Amino acid sequence: MTEVLSEQTGRGAHSGALLEVDNLHVEFRTRAGVAKAVNGVTYSVDAGETLAVLGESGSGKSVTAQTIMGILDMPPGKITGGEIRFRGVDLLKLPEDQRRKIRGESVSMIFQDALSSLNPVFPVGWQIAEMFRMHRGSSRSDAKKKAVELMDRVRIPAAKDRVNDFPHQFSGGMRQRIMIAMAIALDPEILIADEPTTALDVTVQAQIMGLLAELQRDSNMGLILITHDLGVVADVADKIAVMYGGRIVENAPVHDLYKTPAHPYSKGLLESIPRVDQKGQELYAIKGLPPNLLEMPPGCAFHPRCPYRRDNCVTEVPPLYTISGTRGSACHYWREVIDEGER
Amino acid sequence: MRANAESILEVRDLVKHFPLTQGVVVKRQIGAIKAVDGVSFDLHRGETLGVVGESGCGKSTLAKLLMALERPTSGSVRVNGKDITAARGAELKRMRRNIQMVMQDPYTSLNPRMTVGDIVGEPFEIHSDVVPKEGRRRRVQELLEVVGLNPDHINRYPHQFSGGQRQRIGIARGLALQPEIIICDEPVSALDVSIQAQVMNLLERLQNEFDLAYIFIAHDLSVVRHISDRVAVMYLGKIVELGSDAEIYDAPTHPYTQALLSAVPVPDPDGRDRRQRIILQGDPPSPANPPSGCHFRTRCWKAQDICAEQTPALEVRPGSDHPSACHFAEARDVVNAQ
Ligand SMILES: Nc1ncnc2c1ncn2[C@@H]1O[C@H](COP(=O)(O)OP(=O)(O)OP(=O)(O)O)[C@@H](O)[C@H]1O
Ligand SMILES: Nc1ncnc2c1ncn2[C@@H]1O[C@H](COP(=O)(O)OP(=O)(O)O)[C@@H](O)[C@H]1O
Ligand code: SF4
Ligand code: SF4
Ligand SMILES: [Mg+2]
Ligand SMILES: [Mg+2]
Repeated sequence: MTEVLSEQTGRGAHSGALLEVDNLHVEFRTRAGVAKAVNGVTYSVDAGETLAVLGESGSGKSVTAQTIMGILDMPPGKITGGEIRFRGVDLLKLPEDQRRKIRGESVSMIFQDALSSLNPVFPVGWQIAEMFRMHRGSSRSDAKKKAVELMDRVRIPAAKDRVNDFPHQFSGGMRQRIMIAMAIALDPEILIADEPTTALDVTVQAQIMGLLAELQRDSNMGLILITHDLGVVADVADKIAVMYGGRIVENAPVHDLYKTPAHPYSKGLLESIPRVDQKGQELYAIKGLPPNLLEMPPGCAFHPRCPYRRDNCVTEVPPLYTISGTRGSACHYWREVIDEGER
Repeated sequence: MRANAESILEVRDLVKHFPLTQGVVVKRQIGAIKAVDGVSFDLHRGETLGVVGESGCGKSTLAKLLMALERPTSGSVRVNGKDITAARGAELKRMRRNIQMVMQDPYTSLNPRMTVGDIVGEPFEIHSDVVPKEGRRRRVQELLEVVGLNPDHINRYPHQFSGGQRQRIGIARGLALQPEIIICDEPVSALDVSIQAQVMNLLERLQNEFDLAYIFIAHDLSVVRHISDRVAVMYLGKIVELGSDAEIYDAPTHPYTQALLSAVPVPDPDGRDRRQRIILQGDPPSPANPPSGCHFRTRCWKAQDICAEQTPALEVRPGSDHPSACHFAEARDVVNAQ
């Protein structure tokens, strides 16, 4: 771990969660106008915990993750507000060299598209070994040995023989394992997985999710799993943050969210899953389209699609109301949604 | 969605092998990719047949063969009794009218330089006898309305529409020639959850209205179950199990079907720690070099010597009433098992 932080905060001395995103705002200045991609995102994850970030495409999941990792395209991107605290220290205010060290070692990330994230012209073993040479100053042979160990750990069959193979010689599932190997190489405390299985078959998805769960158990990492798959979330999450139009509209422990959703959007998503006992009937469908970030609807961004809408929803932006110590909903009428929602 | 037993599509022993060549100047064939390797089934009028299986198992190749966009290596595809694989010229053109396709990717499957009106009306240019020229604009507007788009948007371009709306444009185009069969290759996979349900409802409504038969290819097994009357499970170019949705989902008999179903995450966190999972090891073998006997044997936990020696036929076996291509087929409820 980073001595930098232990010096500044004393390891584990602060009282909040390990990683906290607090009221983060990110915009993109484009020719068409200002796209408010992230409009006040707040979530946190602790050691050993799995937070699932759920939302449709364009809701700001990846931009939030890129901002945490410090890999946001700036410009056109611009962080216009908020904090990202790791062990209580705001990464956005740290000097560049310290920030880079934390982001390289303590917080790491795997991406949806493993093929384009790996360098096509270097052998995968070399790319994993490079992590040890760059960050740990390991010798060439030592780094290579560690690379083989890691490939073994993520269950690449015959790792020793494949360490010199290139990315295109591996299947999609194996490339994702290589990405995971690189992401866990330096024993991070937080792993962000951005749609790690979206491009993969369910059989391979099950292998990868099983692997992630096992690695997390072994090393007590905090895991932020970004996904739009309500099945995957139900399977692995401890708690969930639902995003819509660049905001967290609901956060809750996993069982609470599936049992009694407190926001009309989460409720609509759950209801639109095809269920066996509803075969032959029309599926519930949330009407309308996701919001255009260039012209967000006033008031509650979900109001044009919301069956619970009242007059004040069009003018008053709902804050993230506290429902309990572990739950929140950005809906003026969350009580009504919960009461009606016993499923 | 009630299917009557009249077959409008009869597929028999369909095979498509792509030659595997080596050498740049002089190409030598060194083998074949067995993309579709002996597939037979019937499709009934007004019915939906779901097709599921891992990436590369041959689903899209099968779709192209049914549309006569690819020529099969062998086998036949009879549409209303006539073999489309043997048809040529004007006859092929006429037969194609009856089978249309809706593609996976609403972003790349529409020509960005054509207006919506041109895209939806293009089939009328190719089959100019269907609607007289004066009536075409009107007919296109009707089609847009049928799929829930604003008919006044006829002059807009694809980029002015969202993914779900573009998929509707693709569907309107598929309906233009009033086909009896529509092949949907992953029609909702690229769409967000909240939009998927809208498009699924549209497909079901159109089926009832026009008595369409669908081949519905998808990797989301809960979506397939919702829309399908029967389901075919494919592995390495072959159908390994075929049955009604309840037979496949509640009493699957082929180990591959069982593994596939048990890998699907259930959108309900209750009881997740007790759920049984069959986790297959490794990836499917290459279709260029499938295992002898049963193609699944390299990943099957039930494999015996006979599985390497004899290819199991897709047939009804004792203890089950739907066909399965496993020597040791045995029903097992993996979805509801806890
Ligand atoms: N024109 C071609 N030439 C050579 N091989 C091909 C060709 N088209 C498909 N294949 C191969 O045939 C096999 C089946 O491909 P197909 O596209 O039908 O799979 P699929 O089941 O649709 O997969 P996915 O779920 O990824 O869409 C694959 O191994 C593929 O690489
Ligand atoms: N480099 C960029 N330039 C301009 N807009 C961007 C850029 N990256 C992301 N965006 C926009 O920010 C919004 C949120 O994107 P993203 O976080 O990737 O969504 P998702 O929830 O699907 O991960 C989208 O509207 C996207 O188009
Ligand atoms: S605040 Fe109003 S419009 Fe927004 S989700 Fe709640 S009820 Fe719907
Ligand atoms: S035939 Fe043998 S190898 Fe194939 S699925 Fe059945 S038991 Fe497994
Ligand atoms: Mg994303
Ligand atoms: Mg395909």
